[in-house]
Amino acid sequence: MAQATRKRPVAKTEDAAVSARIDAQSHFRTLRLGTPFQPRLDALAKTQDWYNWAGYRAPHSLWDEELEYFAIRSQAALFDISPMTKYRIEGPDAEAFLDRVTLRDVTRLRPGRVHYTAWCDDEGFVLDDGTLFRLSPTRFRLCSQERHLPWLLDSAIGFDVTVDEETEAVAGLALQGPTSFAVLRDAGFAGVEKLKVFDLMDFPHDDATVTISRTGFTGDLGYELFVSADKALSLWDRLMTAGELRGIRAIGYTALNRARLEAGLIVANADFTTAEHAIRADRLRRPDEIGLGFMIDPQKAHFNGRRAIFEARAKRKLRHVLVGLEIEGNIPAEHAIVYHKKSQEVGLVSAAMWSPMAKRNIAIASLVRPYGDTVVEDLWVEIYAMRELQYQKLMKRAKVVARPFIKLDRRTANPPADF
Amino acid sequence: MTSFDAIVIGGGHNGLVAAATLAKAGRKVLVLEAGSEVGGAARTEEFAPGFRVSSVAHLLNRLHPDVVKTLDLERHGLQFARADFLPSVALSKDGPALMLHGAYGEVLTGTSSSEQSAWKDLRAQLLRYAGMLKPFLSRRPPDLAAMSLLETAGLGQTALALKKLGKEDMRDFLRVLLMNVADLLDEQLEDDRLKGLLAFDATLGSHLGSRSPASLLGLYYRLAGETGGAAGAQVLPQGGMGAVVAAIRSAAEKAGVTIRTSVAVARIIVEKGRAVGVALETGEELRARTIVSAISPATTFLDLVGPREIDTGFVRKMKNIRMKGDAAKLHLALDRPPQFTGADAAAHNGRLVIAPSPDHVERAFNPSKYGEFSPEPVMEITLPSLADPSHAPDGACVLSAVVQYAPYALKEGWAAGKPKFLEAIMAQLEAYAPGIGESVVHAELLTPADIEARYRMPGGHWHHGELQADQMLISRPVSGWSGYDTPLEGLFLAGAGSHPGGGVSGAPGLNAARRIIAMKG
Repeated sequence: MAQATRKRPVAKTEDAAVSARIDAQSHFRTLRLGTPFQPRLDALAKTQDWYNWAGYRAPHSLWDEELEYFAIRSQAALFDISPMTKYRIEGPDAEAFLDRVTLRDVTRLRPGRVHYTAWCDDEGFVLDDGTLFRLSPTRFRLCSQERHLPWLLDSAIGFDVTVDEETEAVAGLALQGPTSFAVLRDAGFAGVEKLKVFDLMDFPHDDATVTISRTGFTGDLGYELFVSADKALSLWDRLMTAGELRGIRAIGYTALNRARLEAGLIVANADFTTAEHAIRADRLRRPDEIGLGFMIDPQKAHFNGRRAIFEARAKRKLRHVLVGLEIEGNIPAEHAIVYHKKSQEVGLVSAAMWSPMAKRNIAIASLVRPYGDTVVEDLWVEIYAMRELQYQKLMKRAKVVARPFIKLDRRTANPPADF
Repeated sequence: MTSFDAIVIGGGHNGLVAAATLAKAGRKVLVLEAGSEVGGAARTEEFAPGFRVSSVAHLLNRLHPDVVKTLDLERHGLQFARADFLPSVALSKDGPALMLHGAYGEVLTGTSSSEQSAWKDLRAQLLRYAGMLKPFLSRRPPDLAAMSLLETAGLGQTALALKKLGKEDMRDFLRVLLMNVADLLDEQLEDDRLKGLLAFDATLGSHLGSRSPASLLGLYYRLAGETGGAAGAQVLPQGGMGAVVAAIRSAAEKAGVTIRTSVAVARIIVEKGRAVGVALETGEELRARTIVSAISPATTFLDLVGPREIDTGFVRKMKNIRMKGDAAKLHLALDRPPQFTGADAAAHNGRLVIAPSPDHVERAFNPSKYGEFSPEPVMEITLPSLADPSHAPDGACVLSAVVQYAPYALKEGWAAGKPKFLEAIMAQLEAYAPGIGESVVHAELLTPADIEARYRMPGGHWHHGELQADQMLISRPVSGWSGYDTPLEGLFLAGAGSHPGGGVSGAPGLNAARRIIAMKG
């Protein structure tokens, strides 16, 4: 049927739209979509180690996890962030709309700036965290882990604003590491040295525009680049060519995940369960319970979850706390249970690693208050180290420490250093 | 300028009850009514020279005894005796009418003796079960998150009462609770006229047919109401519904309530998550510690507060309230009283129902699902001028009828559909009261669209939101906010859109005021 219909001559634009839909009917046969950079990634994917990122085929690693990690810290690492969910939010009320939806004060986000924010449901439970790019006074890009179009559209009722998902239309790259600035400069992005942390600017590229922001998920000097999907490959090539002598390397998520942990950054549905995904009632988290309480400004106008968040604060209903841990020894405590006095279970580690930069055994954990909040002494983690088909149980002392675990001056240095 | 503790938006009967109750508790209260007079859809209005009629609500069957007591309404002229109870009459085109006398059929006439005894059993059962639901359908719904000792005790009492029913009765109560009315009637009765009347009563004012799931709840809702201490009893108030509202108004004014009419509220002023006042369409701003909205919950939040001051999830819920009315109101000025076939003088003074069978009700309902009116509508008719000559000139007569089904969103539009619908109604009336067409001096048909425009009820729905299982009790007006308080501190809901629902009961207004007093608002 579909075949026959497809062969019908296209007479009007209306028919063209119909045949485009018919052509797209087999979309479900592609179980994991490629991103606009897929030809380049495929060529570099020596390990063929893929995972599913929001329906896209994304690399865990491309050639060597360790060396990819060190590319972030010593060279320049190129990471494809195209699968990240992206919304284009535009209109006279875009600022007011986002101010109502998200936690942080959007009226204080100037055009040409980016901030990290989060958003909640009516009960003040976190739906997701993400970055908000203010592209102009009336145009924004919201990037996040999960999809939120129905929520955003319902939130738009009563606002003069349009919300469009542009995940497919816009390709994204993270260029992170000490030489990342030099790579951009050598690639000919004149003026990129002016970008301070959380600044963004448009640059010409291939008869189009690339938006470059000094942002990233590594705690290092780094940038993120957004370009229309059809200009993705030429942007990739431009960076790779310019970066050749600066040690540029394409990397996968495993390396990035280590860098973000060192930077103390959390990942939705890894370090906390987002409200729309949580099935169990006690898995929901308010911002104060995952270290995002700093985003809440009592002076700000109404935002989703405001009433519930302040009520929870007033009535001391915040049961959990997210903390950074430093654990003795060098065995990563991934998903270890946290104990008080070696006996009482008080929480769980959600991410852990031996940090080559901090030279410490670090972790992010969620604890049940008062542990991790007012009671921080005598905390332990139980690490199950698999040693040739036998678990060796290690009870290691854990200390609550501040995040980030590493602080790199080059991340914020102005002008950015030339390595 | 005088300052007020509380401002009530909407001078319908619930707004007035809430205002009067608050004033009696010592608060200074201002009522703002957009229309030129108070009463909302419960007024007595002149619709043709010399002809007066109760506007939308025309029968009193559920004015809550606590409202009567709290506002001392008997001293303000509202008193009903057994002799005032109106019979319900199931009309038929040929042959005598079937009549339910007293309080909802204490005596049944016009049918076989076996049917009379079956009705006696069914009536007792219906009243027993409605009695079970009565506490739920009158007081504030239980607050599942934070139940007070008093509420827990109240629920406990109901549980105890349920247990007292006995095992068999309790099981049957739970079995039939969500049944459709037609199936239950088929289990116990034979006479289509009686079944048609009950099916009509169960679905009156709802977008439901007799065979729609849970349509029996509507009948329980009706029977949970009482008049003069008798469950299910109905009366035609002397002077029409306007007289009821006049009594409530007089109680309110005696308690010190200030009432301003022809004052439309443009928005509710919100500062830092708290409602602090109202802005009028004239630009005038009035402030008070407590704002009470006795108008539709959806209008209150989507229009007066606006989505910016409330959370997305709450906006979603408000937008999802189903409130498209499906009932029209007909007013006929007649040059002489009509003669309904098979009905005697007593019947003409009662509530005359055209709903020959549950199947007929269902068939009348069917087109409304698809945006069309019933070609053979069902209706309840009163002739208020027979007992109260103040309604019509000498010798003339007023006919007031609630007619179903008339979907709010008529596919062809009411401008084109209204004359056709009136024609269908008149044909139906002619079949039951031959010659009535010739006696019509003036006809006024209010479709849900007209009711919406005239009485500011969105959807023209007198319950301010469908009264169905999913929009009742703890889900009324929306889940999580059934207790009259709202996500906005200082703002309360007190209208029919709140629990328990519409009809001239005053219960939402009374409950809201009690809640405000309990919260020291």
